[in-house]
Order: sequence, then structure tokens, then C-alpha cells
Amino acid sequence: MIRRKLEENFFRTLMILATILVTGSFFLIVGTILYRGVPFMTWDMISKIPGGGFYIGKEGGVLNAIIGSLYVAGGATVLGLFISIPVAIYINMYLGGRIWLANGLRIAFDVLFGIPSIVYGAFGFLIMVYFGIRASLLGGIVAVTLLVIPILVRTLDEVIRTVPKELGDATLSLGATRWETAKVVIRQIRPGVFTAILLSFGRAIGDVASVLFTAGFSDNIPTSLHQPAATLPLAIFFQLGSPVAEVQGRAYASALILTIIVLIITILSSILAKRFSKNNSR
Amino acid sequence: MTNNPHISVQNLSVEIGNQQILKDISINIPNKKVVSIIGPSGCGKTTLLKSLNRLLDDTAEIKVTGKVFVDGENIYDPNAEVTHIRKKMGLLSQRPYPLPMSIYDNIAYGPRIHGTRKKVVLDEIVETQLKATGLWNEVKDRLNAPATRLSIGQQQRLCLARGLAVEPEIILGDESTSALDPVSTSIIEDLFIKLKEKYTIVLVTHILRQARRVSDYIIFVYMGKIIEFGPTEEILLDPKQELTREYVKGYIS
Repeated sequence: MIRRKLEENFFRTLMILATILVTGSFFLIVGTILYRGVPFMTWDMISKIPGGGFYIGKEGGVLNAIIGSLYVAGGATVLGLFISIPVAIYINMYLGGRIWLANGLRIAFDVLFGIPSIVYGAFGFLIMVYFGIRASLLGGIVAVTLLVIPILVRTLDEVIRTVPKELGDATLSLGATRWETAKVVIRQIRPGVFTAILLSFGRAIGDVASVLFTAGFSDNIPTSLHQPAATLPLAIFFQLGSPVAEVQGRAYASALILTIIVLIITILSSILAKRFSKNNSR
Repeated sequence: MTNNPHISVQNLSVEIGNQQILKDISINIPNKKVVSIIGPSGCGKTTLLKSLNRLLDDTAEIKVTGKVFVDGENIYDPNAEVTHIRKKMGLLSQRPYPLPMSIYDNIAYGPRIHGTRKKVVLDEIVETQLKATGLWNEVKDRLNAPATRLSIGQQQRLCLARGLAVEPEIILGDESTSALDPVSTSIIEDLFIKLKEKYTIVLVTHILRQARRVSDYIIFVYMGKIIEFGPTEEILLDPKQELTREYVKGYIS
């Protein structure tokens, strides 16, 4: 009896400690960013492009990187969705009884999921060299799209698998084709699509390695797909490398901006997910 | 009773993996009658039902042999148009699965995919089918509300109305009342009795009382084979086969 009670208490304590560790480090990270970033957080930071060359200067802001990051992450997520939704639908609804094929594809996407982003960056760079594209917004979007596709496919795949098979049986029994059935399934998974968008966008906007060679960097806001684009993670990287304390502080302010953008996307997607789940059959 | 079959199953066998689910099933299902398929869990009742509108097509490692004639057309013929076959048969599953859209759109869904676009026509179909399933007075003021807002019993009637909207000839019910409360169950049962004037109805059920109440004929399936097929009274009160007798008396389940 005593041994069982001890065991119970031991593991409960372990769980509590682990939870404290995780939430504690979350607050520490946010705290650090706030503590070091807020003093440098000026209106100029989010409304102006850098004043003194390559992020190193103390003047101006990081508007170029904010816009660049939104373009890259947004573009990659949208492009990724257009590719991933058909893949996820195909794996789940068109392979019929060929489960081995579906599972093989899932393993392939799991492997892609695990590949470090620098590899996507390098691969994207090779594609760009092949097509003669220079470091640009387009290059960045392509590389980051490659990075987020496995995330999107696997998330959407999991979501589609939660759709009751009977829903598909219902539309098929009405004489619907597979594609018509797929459209109903897509409606049903809309809340899950927003979760997928959130995961993809979060990964895309925070990744440095994939945009390092592909998007390039610039002090200006890109006005076409062929111009180089700055991104927030790279801006943070450069600013942190500066010996000047003030520029380092601006790195934390940039990190704060990045965190806030991710926070907004998180809230937005969960609101939308909730709104679109009201029609669902469970 | 077999001189006017609506569905004629001939030597149907279904294998999934290495397991034989249905063995050499042959049966004629009469026109505009209610036929119940009864039998213990796992005997193949649902597989038999789903083989009638080819819903088994996407099952992994499945092998179907034999023929199923609906209106004289073999639905397992390689040239058969599967959407056309399925349109003839409305399916009512164990639990209601309304489509993720409004009450109105649920019913209009079928007619729309088959090409009906005119609002006036759709309005009329929606009203007719909601009236046929006794839902009209309950939902006429909130046709644009999500279908999921309805109670489970109402949802099941909505699913029936959705199926009827594509003008099928046959209704397939797969334990359609098993998730419902007693009141909703009896509403659905009454609907089946009413609907048999216009439709051939095939029901899978494990409730003998229900089979007795609604059906004209009963098929008793055991271990993938049809043991006995006959008029309801005969199967339930005076079965010819020993196995049927044991099942209806509750010795085997």
C-alpha cells in the first residue's frame, strides 16, 4: 500500500515539475524579450525601414523585414496549401483500399518533416541556380514552401482522418462523385485547415536557414517577386551580431515584433477555427 | 413474393483480406416491401447491405464476386455507372451524419449535384421532403441554421429527407435507430412503414421487435450465409431452420 502511494506521489511530483519547467521557460523567454526589447520598441521600429545600412545602424526600423517576413511566410503558406490540400485529399480519398501506398506516402512526408531547414534552403538555392533566379522574394517563398508542405500535408492528413467515414458514405450514397465528396470533406475540415495554417505560418515566419541563401536581404521593402527581401529572423541574427548594445537591443525589439505577429496569427486562426466548426457533424 | 424482385442478388461472395464475410448469397428482394436483415453481430448483415450500393468499393483488400441486379442491371458490371446506381438508393446510417452545412443545403445537396439549380425547384424539394419526414413544422423557421443544431432524432430524419431528395427507389437502413431515443425510434419506424408505399426498403437491425413492427420479410444471416428468408411472422414465430429458431428465441446472439 505504502509503496503504491509513494509511487503515485513520486510521479505526480515529476509531472508537476516538468510542467513548471516548460511553462517557466516560456515565461522566461517572453520575459527576456520584453525586458530587453521594450526599451527599444519605438514607433519607428515598425513604421520605417533601416536608416543606416544592413540593420547595423541605430536609425529607422525593421519595416522591410516585417513586410518581407509576412510576404515570405504568407506566400509560402498559401502556395503550400494549394499543393497540400490536394495531396491530403488524394492520400485519404482516392487511394481506395491501397493502404500500403497511403502509409508509404505518410512515411515520406514524415521524413521530409524531419529534414533540417538548411537543407531546404540549400535545395531551394540549387533550384534557383538552375533557373537562373537570384536571391529574391520568389526564391524565399519557394524554399519556405518546400519547408512547410510536409507540415501542412501531415496536419491536414491527421485532420481528414478524424472525419467520420460515414460522412463520405452519405454523400456517395446520394450519387456524389469522389470529388464532390472531397468538397464536403474540405468543408468539414475547415477548422483543421486553420490549425494547419497556424503551424505552417509559425514555422515559416521563424525560420532562418531556409531564407538565408534564397530570399537574400535588403534595406528596402520588396516591390516585386524578383527583388531580394529581408526577413525578421535574419534581421535579428544580424542585429544580435553587432557589438553595439543599442543595435542588440533592436534585435530584441525585432524578436518582440516576431512574437507578436505569431501571437496574432494564433488568436486569429483559433477564432476562425471556432467559427467554422459550428456547422460540423461529429 | 419473388415474382417481382427489385433487387436480385446472385451468388454474391465478399472476402476482406483472407476472411470470407459473405458466402454465396442469393436472394430476391421484393418491390415496395420492407425487408429486415437480422443476425448476430459480425455475421455480415452490414456488409450485405453495403454491397447493394457498392459502398464496399473502397474497402482495403476486398474481393467481391457474384452479381447484384437492381432493376435488371448488374451493378457489379465493370461498365456500370456507380454514381447512377447509388443515386437510386438512399442510405440511412447508424448515427445521423448531417453534412457541414445548413438544414436547407443538406436536403438541396443531392438535387444540386445532379444538376438542379433553380431556387424555386429546390425550395419545393426541401419543403416536400421535410414534410415527408415530419420535420417541416419543426424547422421551417430556421432552414438556414446549421443542421447540427437539431436533436439527434431530428438529424436522422433530416438525413432520411436528404436521401429522399434525390428520388431514390430503394432505402437502405443500417441499424438506423440504434443511436436514437425511443420516441425518435418510433417516429423513424413509422416513417419506414409509410414510405414502403413508394420505396423498397432494406433494413439491417438487431432489434427483433423492430423487425417485427416494420418489415414484411426477414432475412436471417448467420456466419456470412443466409439461413432463412421468409415472411416476418413465419421467421419470428415458426422458423423452418433450427438456427433461426435459436436466434429468435435469444439462444444465440
